Amino acid sequence: MRFVTVSGPPSSGKTAVIIKTLEHLQGAGRKVGVVKFDCLSTDDDDLYRKNGIMVRKGLAGALCPDHYFVSNVEECVQWGMAEGLDVLVSESAGLCNRCSPHIREVLAICVIDNLSGTGTPKKIGPMLKAADLVVITKGDIVSQAEREVFAARVHMVNPKARILHVNGITGQGSFELSTVWVEGEETATVEGKRLRFSMPAALCSYCLGETRIGSDFQMGNVRKIDLEMPTGIKNDGGPGGQV
Amino acid sequence: MPDFTHLTVETALGRWPFMAQFLADKGLAELTDRPEARLTEALSADQLTDLDGFIAGMEAFLGTSDEQVTELTIRGGRAKDGSREPVTELIARVGEVICIVGPTGSGKSRLLADIEWVARGDTPTGRHVLINGQVPEDKWRFSTQYKLVAQLSQNMNFVMDLSVQEFLALHAESRQAADTEEKIQRIWTWANELAGEPFGLDTPVTSLSGGQSRALMIADTAVLSASPVVLIDEIENAGIDRQQALDILIQQEKIVLMATHDPILALMGDRRVVIGNGAMRQVIEPSAQEKANLDELRAMDTRLMDLRHRLRMGERLDRI
Repeated sequence: MRFVTVSGPPSSGKTAVIIKTLEHLQGAGRKVGVVKFDCLSTDDDDLYRKNGIMVRKGLAGALCPDHYFVSNVEECVQWGMAEGLDVLVSESAGLCNRCSPHIREVLAICVIDNLSGTGTPKKIGPMLKAADLVVITKGDIVSQAEREVFAARVHMVNPKARILHVNGITGQGSFELSTVWVEGEETATVEGKRLRFSMPAALCSYCLGETRIGSDFQMGNVRKIDLEMPTGIKNDGGPGGQV
Repeated sequence: MPDFTHLTVETALGRWPFMAQFLADKGLAELTDRPEARLTEALSADQLTDLDGFIAGMEAFLGTSDEQVTELTIRGGRAKDGSREPVTELIARVGEVICIVGPTGSGKSRLLADIEWVARGDTPTGRHVLINGQVPEDKWRFSTQYKLVAQLSQNMNFVMDLSVQEFLALHAESRQAADTEEKIQRIWTWANELAGEPFGLDTPVTSLSGGQSRALMIADTAVLSASPVVLIDEIENAGIDRQQALDILIQQEKIVLMATHDPILALMGDRRVVIGNGAMRQVIEPSAQEKANLDELRAMDTRLMDLRHRLRMGERLDRI
């Protein structure tokens, strides 16, 4: 089975790109499936089902979505294997810009859109930096110059990645993307494989449900902003509690 | 690896201006204030290795195109029903305008996608695309530097919050273009000639009119885009000199492909390809009669534009 991890900021067009791309593989008689990761709710599973794509969804709820992803990814691969899929895609929204679901030796795609602003490639960090292939969407509504500037910025952040322009509405470029999805290596398990980039750290009182604000309630992995207060004023929050 | 031994920050930045980005990323931006510092002293061995990789990547990305694209060949494949494509070969040369006509769903987009992806019999149409008569290298498929096709359509807008000057400077910078100032002036001058309604270098690009935006996009694509093929999806009739727009692109040695159903634009082309059922059905060269009709079509067009102008000025159209 081919396994592909697709990440990207919210509303960048991940689902549309995946559906259009899988359409070509379905047309070629391949069995395809998607596991959709999200936080609170998603209707994208209906969209996939409507397009004849097998789908499972995972909602992280109160957990950090990345930690939830990595704790479940092997089970997802095993689901795909049990269903006899030829291609399994995981879709996860990079909600905190520090996330990267990409796994070594597994094809890693980052979807990012031309409308998100030229500063975005730098901002979203690991999920773009660690991708093998960057898909740029919404190119049909911005100028050629903006597409070129945006692609150049993507290239600056990740000079090794291949760049492909895909239109999620018309599907232009999706056939080309589909050829890449089946050229990679087979994955039967991700057990023992490694993430390309460590997950954001999270281990403080707020992880455990604390809702009160103030230094007295902060324990564990806490860090304070250096606000450079005018001299004479004490930074009210004080240093964070240390473990 | 380039020999970094005797290079100072200043010399290195002169040679690889994009190195500033690398330094900023590594938290070494303050090195730019120490132009005389030696690279080998200022950077660790690991950082030097990274810098080497970064320079190699950027040079590959920016490297001046070694070969000029002069000719694009499209070899026919099959139609939607699997039958053989009637047009077996279409050659488009630099300086030519090829029009593409055909109803919605006829396969125009697939043809253009085949060109963009430089098909090698590996797309649904089975077409082959050759560059200068040769099977092209992989670089045309995935790199931004070697992107074969630049696109212009009526749906495209500027979305950046910048003035015309800043916008062009940003584009020039991303292309690492030489003579930036001259290029910005040239684009702005041409765009103003095309648009008729003048705009300043300090006008925000988002507040340009439709015609002005299109004019700026065309002039910018002609001068700053490295793509040898320009694909145009119609040029609106209002507020832009369409003949001159095509002339500018041709002068910059572009191959122009234009999807259009506008009779004037279609007859301006050197040839037009008729698409139907997913295939190139026919290549038509404008006849002498068609060319003669172009004059009449232009006269009709001028008359309509004149009426439009009168309407704008608040006149009645009782007599036309």
